[in-house]
Amino acid sequence: MTAAAEATKELTNVTATGTPLLHVENLRVSFGDAEVVKGISFTTRVGRCLAIVGESGSGKSVTARTLVGLTGPNSLVRADRIDLAGLDLTRQSERSWRAIRGREIGFILQDALVSLDQLRLVGDEITEPLKLHGWGTRASRRERAVELLGSVGVPEPEVKVRQRPYELSGGLRQRALIASAIALDPKLVVADEPTTALDVTIQAQVLDLLAESKVRGRSIILISHDLSVVARLADEVIVMRGGEVLEQGPAHQVLHQPRHEYTQALLDAIPSEHTRGVRLVRPAAADSAVRRTRQPIDRDSPVLEARHLTKVFRGPDKVDRTVVDDVSFELLAGETLGIVGESGSGKTTTARIALALLQPTSGEMLLHRQQWSALSPAQRRPLRKRIGVIYQDPLSSFDPRWPTGRIITDALRTGSRPPSSGAEARTRAVRLLEQVGLGERHLDSAPLRLSGGQRQRVAIARALAPEPEVIVCDEPVSALDVSIQAQVLDLLTDLQDELGVSYLFISHDLGVIHHVSDRILVMKEGRVVESGAADDVFERPRDPYTQRLLTALPRLAQA
Amino acid sequence: MTTVAVPGASALARLRDVRFRIRPGTAVSSLIVLVLLVAVIAPSVLTHRSPTAIDLEHTLLPPSLSHPFGTDDAGRDLYTRVVYGARESLGIGLGATALAMGIAIILGFTGGLAGGIVDTVIARVLEVAFAFPVLLLALLLIAIRGPSVTTVIVAVGIGSAPGYARMVRGQVLAVRNADYVTAAGALGHRRSAVIRRHLFPNAMRPLVAVITLGIGQSIVWASGLAFLGLGVAPPSPEWGALLSAGRMYITTSWWLEIMPGMVIVLVALAVTSLGRTMQHQLEGAAR
Repeated sequence: MTAAAEATKELTNVTATGTPLLHVENLRVSFGDAEVVKGISFTTRVGRCLAIVGESGSGKSVTARTLVGLTGPNSLVRADRIDLAGLDLTRQSERSWRAIRGREIGFILQDALVSLDQLRLVGDEITEPLKLHGWGTRASRRERAVELLGSVGVPEPEVKVRQRPYELSGGLRQRALIASAIALDPKLVVADEPTTALDVTIQAQVLDLLAESKVRGRSIILISHDLSVVARLADEVIVMRGGEVLEQGPAHQVLHQPRHEYTQALLDAIPSEHTRGVRLVRPAAADSAVRRTRQPIDRDSPVLEARHLTKVFRGPDKVDRTVVDDVSFELLAGETLGIVGESGSGKTTTARIALALLQPTSGEMLLHRQQWSALSPAQRRPLRKRIGVIYQDPLSSFDPRWPTGRIITDALRTGSRPPSSGAEARTRAVRLLEQVGLGERHLDSAPLRLSGGQRQRVAIARALAPEPEVIVCDEPVSALDVSIQAQVLDLLTDLQDELGVSYLFISHDLGVIHHVSDRILVMKEGRVVESGAADDVFERPRDPYTQRLLTALPRLAQA
Repeated sequence: MTTVAVPGASALARLRDVRFRIRPGTAVSSLIVLVLLVAVIAPSVLTHRSPTAIDLEHTLLPPSLSHPFGTDDAGRDLYTRVVYGARESLGIGLGATALAMGIAIILGFTGGLAGGIVDTVIARVLEVAFAFPVLLLALLLIAIRGPSVTTVIVAVGIGSAPGYARMVRGQVLAVRNADYVTAAGALGHRRSAVIRRHLFPNAMRPLVAVITLGIGQSIVWASGLAFLGLGVAPPSPEWGALLSAGRMYITTSWWLEIMPGMVIVLVALAVTSLGRTMQHQLEGAAR
C-alpha cells in the first residue's frame, strides 16, 4: 500500500503530454517450457495511445495482462525493467497489485458479458473499484457511478445502474465495463480488444470514448488484431507475431509504409480497403500470373427470390415483434448478394427463412422460380441439396463425434450424384478437401483439433459437397483472425469463379460485405433501408443509416 | 492445435494424446470389477467348493484360513456363496438399470422431441414420480407380485427410471437445438435419420457414466430389499439374501453380516468410482 501511495504522489507530477509514463524493457513471459513473449520493449507516454497488433497466439494479450499482474499462477514473468513512473512493477505482491489495479492502471477486457458479474447490479460493478480503494461514502459512490455511466455515453444512467449486466445490450455492457475501469481515473488504461464483439456504430462510440480520455492526458495501451481500429486511435504501433516484435514505430509509418512483410500482409488482408476481385492474400511471386476468370452472372435467372418476407415473433411477454419486415430480394445465378446490418437487424432471421429452416409469417421464398418456403418439409427435402449453408461457428455445426471425412461423405450422400461406393466417397471427399486447400491427411482428423480457418474450410467443403447452386453464408468469417479471414474470403471468391455458385452473404462487417458482394442490402430493424450495387452503396450511400454505418467504419486513412 | 497425421499413424497419435493417468483408486476399482466378472462368468475358478454343500459338522465357524469368510448355520462356506451370488446380484443390478434406462429413453425422447403439451405432461408425471420414494414403490410391487428376482428387477428399475428420464429429457432438449442437428436438417436428411445418427448418440453420450453409477446403486437397493425379506428368498446365495439369512445370528456370528455387507460396499464403490472416472474422461473428451 505504501509503495503505491508513494507512486501516486510521483504520478501526479507527470502531466505534460508526451512524457514517458511506462517503461517496459526486455519483457519475457513463459508458461512452463513455452515462452510466449520473447523479449519486447516499449514506452507509453502521457496522452498517447500505444497499440499492440497481432493475431491469436502472438502474445499480445499476455503482454497486456503482465501490466496488471494477471498472467496466472503458472506463468513466469521476467523483465529488465517494468516501471510505471517510478513504480517498479516487476516486484509486486498480489496484495500490492490490488492497490495498483484500478487506481494506477485500468484494465478493459474484450467480453463484457463474462467480465461483469451477472448477478450484481451494474452500479455495484462500477463502484467496486471505488469501494476497494476506499473512495468516498456509499452515497457518493452511487452518485459517481451514475456520473461515470453518463460520461461513457450510456443513456438514462440512473436507470441502468439498477439493472443487471444481462439486461443491457452488448454496447452498453462494454461501456459499463469501461466505466468501471476508468472509475478512479487511472493514468494508464490497458484495453484488450475492447471493440471486437461490437457493431460498427457502437465500436465507433467506444473508440471515441477512449480517444477522449487520451485528450484528458491518459495513456492507453490498445490490444487489437484489427489494424483499421488501431488506425483510429494509435500514435505508436507494435506488430507482434509468435511472441516477438516484428515492427515498431509511429502509427502512420507502420500503417502506410510498413517495413515488415507480415505487416504488409495484415494490411492487405483488410477487406474494406480492397474492392471485389482483389486478392486479400498476395500470391507468391512465382504464380503472380494467375488471373481469375469469373463465371458470367446470369441476369435472367434468379436462383433465389424473396417476396415481401415478414416474420413476427411473439415474445414471452405476449408482445408481437416484427423481426423481418417486408424484405424482398433476388439472388442471380453466379452473383453474391450481401446483407449487412447490426445485431438485431433481422439479417440472420432472413437467412434462416431463405434456408426454409423458419417459416415466414407472410410473403414467400422462391428457389429457381419454384415454391420453396410454401412446400411441406417432405416436398422440400429432395430440393435441399440445391441450397447449402456455412455458419459462423463451424465447430458447433459438426457432430462432435465425427471426423472430417465422415462429415463430408455424409453431405455427399445428400447430393444429386450420391457416391456409389465407399471408395468413391473417399476419393470425392479428398477432392473436395483439396478444393478448399486441405488434403487427404485431414480426412481422419477431428474438427476439434483443427484451427479456426481449417474448420471453416471443412464447413465450406461440406456445403459444396451436394453441389448446390446457392450457398447461404451466415457471418462465415466473423470469428476468424484477419489473415485467416482473408484466406477464407479469397477461397470463397475463387470457388465462385470456378463453379459459378451464388452466395447470399450475411455479415455485420461492412468491409467484408463490400469486398465480396456484387450487390448489397442494408438492413435495419427488420427493414431494408438501402440496396444497390456494392460500390454505389459504399461510395454514394443515400440512406442516413448507411451513411452513419460508413462513417463509423474504421479506415486506415485515418492514421 | 493442428494435428497433421498420416492416416495410419493417426490412431497412434491419438493414443499418445490421451494421457493415461491411472490413479490408484481406479486401479483397485478395476481389479475388483475384474474379480467380480470372473465370479459371474466362471465362479469355480475362484473357489473349489459348492455353494450348496451342507456340512453340519462345521456350522457357524468364524473366518479362518480354510473358510476365509466363515461358514453359515448349515455349514456352507460363506466365501463360496458370496462368489456364486455375484451372478444374481449383478444380474439384478444390470437388469434394473437396463429397464430404468429403457423407460427413461422412451419418456425422455418422447417428451424432449414432441414438446408442447406432451412434454409438459411427461415432465409433470416425472416430477411426481421422482418425489415418490423408490422403496415405497418397490414394497407396493412386491406386495402385489410376491418376492422374486424379476419383481426386484422391475421394482428397482421402475423406481429409478424417473431420475434417468429427467436427465435424458434435458440432454435431448440441449442437443435438439444444437447447430449440427440444424445443419443435418439443412443438408436434407430425414428427421428420423437425424434423430438416429446425431440426436440419440450425442444425447446419450454423457449418460454412459451415469448408467455405470446406476448399476452399483441398483445392487445396493436390491440387497436392501432382500435384507428386509422382500427380495430374493434366502436359500439363494444372492448377496441381499445372505444378509437376510444372517440376520438371525447377528449377535453371535458377526461374519454372516459383515462379510457379504463388505463385498456389497466394495463392489458398489468400485463400480461407482469407475463410473466417475469414465464421466471425467467423457467430459474431457467432449467440449
